[in-house]
Amino acid sequence: MTSAINDNNQKEEYLLEVRNLKQYFPVRVGFMKSLYLKAVDDVSFGIKKGETLGLVGESGCGKTTVGRALLHLYKPTSGEIIFKGKKIQDKESLVKFRKKAAMVFQDPYSSLNPRMTVGDIIGEPLDVHKLYINKEERKARINELMNLVGLSSEHATRYVHEFSGGQRQRIGIARALAMSPEFIVCDEPVSALDVSIQAQIINMFEDLQKKLGLTYLFIAHDLHIVEHISRRIAVMYLGKIVELAAAEELMKHPLHPYTVSLLSAIPIADPKRARTRKRIILKGDVPSPLNMPSGCPFRTRCPRATEACAGFSLEFKEVSKDHFVSCILY
Amino acid sequence: MSILEIKDLHTSFYTPLGEVKALDGISFKLEKGEILGIVGESGSGKSVTAYSILQILVPPGKIVSGSIKFNNQELVGADENVMQTIRGNKISMIFQDPMTSLNPVYTIGNQLTEAIKLHTERQDEAASLRALEMLRLVGVNEPERRLKQYPYELSGGMRQRVMIAMALSCEPEILIADEPTTALDVTIQAQILDLIQEIQRKFEMATILITHDLGVVAGMCDRIIVMYGGKIVETGSTDQIFYNPKHEYTKGLMRSIPSKVRKKERLVPIEGTPIDLLNMPKGCAFCPRCPKAMKICLERIVDPIEIESGHYTTCWTAVKEMITSGDAVLLPEEEVKEHDIRNQ
Repeated sequence: MTSAINDNNQKEEYLLEVRNLKQYFPVRVGFMKSLYLKAVDDVSFGIKKGETLGLVGESGCGKTTVGRALLHLYKPTSGEIIFKGKKIQDKESLVKFRKKAAMVFQDPYSSLNPRMTVGDIIGEPLDVHKLYINKEERKARINELMNLVGLSSEHATRYVHEFSGGQRQRIGIARALAMSPEFIVCDEPVSALDVSIQAQIINMFEDLQKKLGLTYLFIAHDLHIVEHISRRIAVMYLGKIVELAAAEELMKHPLHPYTVSLLSAIPIADPKRARTRKRIILKGDVPSPLNMPSGCPFRTRCPRATEACAGFSLEFKEVSKDHFVSCILY
Repeated sequence: MSILEIKDLHTSFYTPLGEVKALDGISFKLEKGEILGIVGESGSGKSVTAYSILQILVPPGKIVSGSIKFNNQELVGADENVMQTIRGNKISMIFQDPMTSLNPVYTIGNQLTEAIKLHTERQDEAASLRALEMLRLVGVNEPERRLKQYPYELSGGMRQRVMIAMALSCEPEILIADEPTTALDVTIQAQILDLIQEIQRKFEMATILITHDLGVVAGMCDRIIVMYGGKIVETGSTDQIFYNPKHEYTKGLMRSIPSKVRKKERLVPIEGTPIDLLNMPKGCAFCPRCPKAMKICLERIVDPIEIESGHYTTCWTAVKEMITSGDAVLLPEEEVKEHDIRNQ
């Protein structure tokens, strides 16, 4: 993908830039034989300082893998990650980067250690990076973080099982904030929560962004939530970004047939509109990433697919200003 | 006549920490051919309602009192033999998780024909033919091959289709779908909801759709029941609930959904934490989180009052609204005055 985004002359503005990121996992398919599962296949994008980039897609499309590969939780197969103009390549740059980048995980139940007190969970990044001089300072910082996410400092000595899902997610966020990061990967941070609690957490993400000048990569499958919180949205399908545009533009003028059908598949919480709107129901299932179709990965389910799609080599085109799509139709 | 009538049903779980009242006196009716949605957050008792109807509660869960009438036949206290003729036959259920609701060591064909053989006259050949027919009906491709496959060979959407085929194979009168699409992706969810709707129309089955997703009920249901803390807090037609919610909890739910209409505005969450069923307040369960809670809300719960035709709620603020607007008050006025409805 010779991406137009990379050649963009505004690239100096990007806080974080990803170029041709590939993440393959070897899968054994028999004795002595293995195939590569292309979880993320040639993905490029940039995130500007203080903005939220939403990343949506169905399960298995590689959105979580992008988030994890960004922070080098997996070692990317190839591609470059550039943070503040510096390429992350050796251990030194990685340690520096990790102090400035954090992650909030999807499941607040399994991502917090049940044997540690809340204070120790939040304080662990401080311990790892030795960000305090004495115990008092550590304690003060933990209290400050807990207040920041709306927990009272008395909770520091308690264990995780005493908290509800929403409160646990707050603990996870406090932990992510511990090193005062500039960039946070939010991997489906609200999908495990009840509707009434989701809004609390979303509001908190927005408040923290304003207060601390944070930059988010917000990964979710719920387009409504992503639309609400993001300035720009990238849509992924089978390891590739198929469309990238400003949130409003994407919702109003979706171009890629996958984005169009994804938008039409979301249930609307408004009975009158739900009854009258036309829906595009996609046929079939997502193909296995081990056995990807040639050409455009979406062509097996695409309502507008033609024979030419099989030979289409994906190319990101800027159709209108800052609206990128990779489809043969455009 | 209603096909299913539930009256004052109480279901409790007797845990070492005390009695958990999962259902605390719920009553509702299900009419023939309608789709009834039950919404609520986790722990509100929506799934327990379904389990109670089919009596598949796992100990320490138990129906304490109340009545469940299916076609005028009382199910509470009914013999297990009787329940077996109803379960999976007259009333069937689609479970939330298609990944774990199928037995991994039997083929799809084996599991599909089991219910058919048990409940109908069809045996061997005829049962297999029926299974094939059902798979075709729910839109499974290559049904002949699928019958010989094991669940792990199918995708999530496919498995849910198999579950639906299984639930429908005995032409039930009532279908209970418990979060049928929660574990699925949006594009697959749209397929499955469409399928349920299409089949429901075809067979005129009464359907109970349990979900936490207000978007799902908006598009599908005729009537909606909103549950909170083991109680029904509001019921009405889909339009009444969405456009004229009366209970503070329902109002809060509606406000907290991000939608296109209120884009970029700040979301209005429901403050506080979800209910602790072991530690329920004496009055309204929503009271601790309610922005408009009054003194009386702490003490007692109002009986369901009718706001408009078919629209009931158990919220004191709705009563207060009715009194101040001079509408007919369904309660003796003195009683209300005595409790002094006013903001704390």
